[in-house]
Amino acid sequence: MKVLAIDTSTFVMGIAVVDGQVVKGEIITNLKKNHSIRVMPAIESLLQECDMSPKEIERIVVAKGPGSYTGVRIGVTIAKTLAWTLGISLIGVSSLEAMAASAKYFQGLVVPLMDARRGQIYTGLYKAEGGNIQSIVADQVILATDWANELKAYDEPILLVGNDSSLHEASFIQTLNRAVQVASFTLHNPRPSELAWLGMHREPEDIHTFVPNYIRLAEAEANWLARQQEGTEC
Amino acid sequence: MSEKDIFVLGIETSCDETAAAIVKNGREIIANVVASQMESHQRFGGVVPEIASRHHVEQITLVLEETMRRANMDVNELDAIAVTEGPGLVGALLIGVNAAKALAFAHRIPLVGVHHIAGHIYANRLVQEMKFPLLALVVSGGHTELVYMKEHGMFEVIGETRDDAAGEAYDKVARALQLPYPGGPHIDRLAKEGKPIIDLPRAWLEEGSYDFSFSGLKSAVINTLHNAKQRGETLRPEDMAASFQASVVEVLVEKTMQAAAHYGVKQILLAGGVAANEGLRTQLREQMKRLPEVELVIPPLSLCTDNAAMIAAAGTVLLQQGKRASMALNANPSLLL
Ligand SMILES: [Zn+2]
Repeated sequence: MKVLAIDTSTFVMGIAVVDGQVVKGEIITNLKKNHSIRVMPAIESLLQECDMSPKEIERIVVAKGPGSYTGVRIGVTIAKTLAWTLGISLIGVSSLEAMAASAKYFQGLVVPLMDARRGQIYTGLYKAEGGNIQSIVADQVILATDWANELKAYDEPILLVGNDSSLHEASFIQTLNRAVQVASFTLHNPRPSELAWLGMHREPEDIHTFVPNYIRLAEAEANWLARQQEGTEC
Repeated sequence: MSEKDIFVLGIETSCDETAAAIVKNGREIIANVVASQMESHQRFGGVVPEIASRHHVEQITLVLEETMRRANMDVNELDAIAVTEGPGLVGALLIGVNAAKALAFAHRIPLVGVHHIAGHIYANRLVQEMKFPLLALVVSGGHTELVYMKEHGMFEVIGETRDDAAGEAYDKVARALQLPYPGGPHIDRLAKEGKPIIDLPRAWLEEGSYDFSFSGLKSAVINTLHNAKQRGETLRPEDMAASFQASVVEVLVEKTMQAAAHYGVKQILLAGGVAANEGLRTQLREQMKRLPEVELVIPPLSLCTDNAAMIAAAGTVLLQQGKRASMALNANPSLLL
């Protein structure tokens, strides 16, 4: 199966073309540049390098969030539109799971993380075992300090992965001592080929109803709901 | 005509409508689909950009599929994809732009970026062929512009608002009158029941200027309401709506008439969401008697508000003029016409 994988959920832009068991090509950059300008040209040039026409793609795997709202939406919009117009399957995979997959040969727990401002992080808990990863705690947004405390309940080694690890590793090291390690910086960029691999055997999404997993409500919506809540309590 | 027909798919997501349409030869609507989010934004009293963007992602392929189904066409049969590249809400624009790029890439068909206002102007061509030179009065929630066109695809902004857009002033005055969002249609309706007896200013600006200004008028309405309340008087909201509308319409129409005469245009086109305003339509028709040789074109309401048929119509002309966008096309929230 020829798979196109797209990840634009952080500053890292990742595009991969995977054909069966072969990673034919990957483009990964970690730059503070505009995804909207760069993603389609990157897909175009990668397919061209791989001598592949768009109509040969059989499946699209996209990182569905959490992450930058705008970033995730760019990837998801391209993925949905391509899958719909080419009549092929679409798979959405957690952006954090894709990040954790870089550490799938670690023996223990993998904590992928992205900064979510004001001390918070998008994170989840994944168990790595023999080259596979499995979700233990669902993706969430949480204060890094609170998450470090919750992780004390696990007595397996923990690996932090993700480019934003450096912003928060102090909280984890302080709370968890030697039980926590930070992945080598060379593992922090999520690899789109791992994303393709994760999406290879999953059930396709309904293309039309597929939306990003933002984790958080839009701020206006959250405020509105809070006001409704106050209203009912009166 | 031996020339081949041209079919262009338009995509528009600049604000709170997810829209797609197919237009034949820039003039004939084959399919026109608009998914409005208005209800969702009503509870916030205005369009919330993040929520608009979320809705666009939810709607985009559904709207595209419905458009293709109604047209009974395949994407491969299209000659180009035209998309609004700006101005508008950046997050919202990005959905249309990236969907358009994906379609153009998948089927290797040309991609054309369209300015939202060019789209509004070209909505008129779906009703009546353009005759140049022409003058377009573009009035919407975000725009108040007089655009002079010497020929297809050439836009010269000869007048624009220096502060609020007309539609924005309508929404703010509606809020002051405690009318629900969006305020424009409510004021238009109330105005019909009232009389323009309240003295409000008209901003003519300096002699010969075709620019507009509505913030002074908006403040005058708010002050008048405030002062009346302090004196314990009640102003009829109907009269306030009628007086406000009279001021807006008088300035819009008068400047349009002056510019039309000065530029010797053959047509006046009304464009944008506020073109749905009954008061504006009536007054414009009335004043057109002063320029009997000039034709007035007002599109039906469904083509005045945001839609993608207008984007496809404008895109067709740009396509014929050789304009092409690359896969690097971006959303530009402050794109100039
Ligand atoms: Zn508009």
